[in-house]
Amino acid sequence: MVGPPRRRVSATVRRRRFLQAVAEHSILIAFSAGFLVPLVFVVLTSLMSTQQALSNSLWPRPFVWHNYIEIFRTQPLLRYSLNTSLYAGLSTVGVLVSGVPVAYVLSRIDWRGRQVVFLLVLSTLMLPAQVTVLPLYVIFTRLHWIGTLKPLILPNFFGDAFSIFLLRQFFLTIPQELLDAARVDGGSELQIIRRVVIPVARTGIAAVALFQVLYAWNDFFNPLLYLGEIRQNWTLSLGLSNFTTFHGSVVWNLTMAASVLFILPVIIVFFFAQRVFIQGITLTGIKG
Amino acid sequence: MGHAAVPTVRPGAPAASEAERRRTRRRVRLRRRGLILLLLSPWLIGFAAFYVYPMLASLYYSFTRFDGISPPQWAGTFNYRFMFTKDPLFWKSMYNTAWMIVLGVPLRIMFAIATAIILTRPRWGIRVHRTFFYLPAMVPPVAATLGFVYMFNPTGPINQLLGLLHLPQPLWFYDPAWSKPALLMLGLWGIGDAMIIFLAGLLNVPLQLYEAADIEGANALEKFRYVTLPMISPVIFFSVVIGVISGFQYFTQGYVASSVASGANEASTQALGAPQNSLLFYPIWLFEQGFRAFHMGYASAMAWVLFLIVMACTIVLIRTSNRWVYYQGGFR
Repeated sequence: MVGPPRRRVSATVRRRRFLQAVAEHSILIAFSAGFLVPLVFVVLTSLMSTQQALSNSLWPRPFVWHNYIEIFRTQPLLRYSLNTSLYAGLSTVGVLVSGVPVAYVLSRIDWRGRQVVFLLVLSTLMLPAQVTVLPLYVIFTRLHWIGTLKPLILPNFFGDAFSIFLLRQFFLTIPQELLDAARVDGGSELQIIRRVVIPVARTGIAAVALFQVLYAWNDFFNPLLYLGEIRQNWTLSLGLSNFTTFHGSVVWNLTMAASVLFILPVIIVFFFAQRVFIQGITLTGIKG
Repeated sequence: MGHAAVPTVRPGAPAASEAERRRTRRRVRLRRRGLILLLLSPWLIGFAAFYVYPMLASLYYSFTRFDGISPPQWAGTFNYRFMFTKDPLFWKSMYNTAWMIVLGVPLRIMFAIATAIILTRPRWGIRVHRTFFYLPAMVPPVAATLGFVYMFNPTGPINQLLGLLHLPQPLWFYDPAWSKPALLMLGLWGIGDAMIIFLAGLLNVPLQLYEAADIEGANALEKFRYVTLPMISPVIFFSVVIGVISGFQYFTQGYVASSVASGANEASTQALGAPQNSLLFYPIWLFEQGFRAFHMGYASAMAWVLFLIVMACTIVLIRTSNRWVYYQGGFR
């Protein structure tokens, strides 16, 4: 905000400004606290004993750090982490390998039908998954893929609408002169993708990779649907939702400890990649 | 490539080079088209295999009796008639989903605008606050839901706070009247995504407009009503559309909350929608029908009804948008 030219201000105006600043800071702090409180409770509960977690006390007494070892004994969390990482890693590779060329064709090459294809991509983004999921389940059953990670990973190698959309938005920001220069030098379109588009749009590509990793990490519906009762192939989100029901009732301290371990990597990634992230959301308006 | 129309006679040198040139140009054009097709091919295959075929197949299944294994049996409009006349849980789940959309979408947008406005004031430490405001949106939905079920348990921190304030202490996820409001609060907690786009929208409003309003003597409320609101109306419109579409697919939070709160295990279907079907959202009932009971024909019919409703809502929103959405610089 551009302030008025400096001028001596009266004491009342100064006092009012001071009070306004205090009020605004208080509101900010109150909201920040509100947003953080649930996470604080999750962490505190994860450090309580099983008995205490069922009582109405809020502060762990004593701190049971052992919970964080116990959870690995209750459920095969390492296995779940491995499966989740496989899902996240391989699906991200697929999304990028298939998405970059498509996004390039939809943003930087002129051809008849480009708008139509782009609209089709967008419409698949809007399509409720429920309409396609039943026949897909039937196909995957026939292929004997149910209970494996294949239905979660392989479709990503055939283009993902959200990633194509986001990549396209990033590719549109590449200056035309760069592409023209590469074309004048006799570069083929494939070379242009490799030597110009990918290096210049690497922030965008990183954002898409990040969104896909997070999507896979957070995904609950698809693992629930396709992994079924095959526990050895479960992902963390599935395992976590079943922690509670392990002994028939909710074991809050262990559930919360597992939740902390599940949330932590996401938050660490967020702190390091905040800028890339926010840029991705503002460009498209949606998170993966 | 079947292009036989290439001239084979060469009358003279200059004409030959002309024909030659045309031929090269055509070859370049064909190669270019081939390249475009090649680069698009992953998506084309995916579009056919994961969208076109499944859509047609589910439309067909919706008119059949189908358990997913033995061949579908034609059933005419039975599934649709059964849905509307004989399945009370279809209506119940539709009601629950509509409840979440009608209350959740406006509440989330209002809260997103409010939090974004708070963050537009240039104050010390604003970046840290912005991170904190956004952080909950990063928490995986399963973990966030578990945290909320814990916080809102009958003797949990929320009810202790309400007790201190001498307010009534509902049973939240154990009371059908309070389970959906608890999920609404979970949705407000994770406001970060929506907040970020409103923040970008607010920061894009030209300052001159506010200065002009100041000169006209407008107060803060009038400035919000006559400057801010029209200027961010495209963002509001976008959020409403996305909110409605994703609202119809609201699944994970309801599924996890009801299975955890009821303490039942994954295999038992008693948990679905607990307490008393108050969290039985439309996609959850569809999931139960299609993938637990393997009534795939019925579930396909439910999916198509969902699809048609989503489409109708989107079309109505777009059609009515020109009455209240203001695009800077004319129609976009």
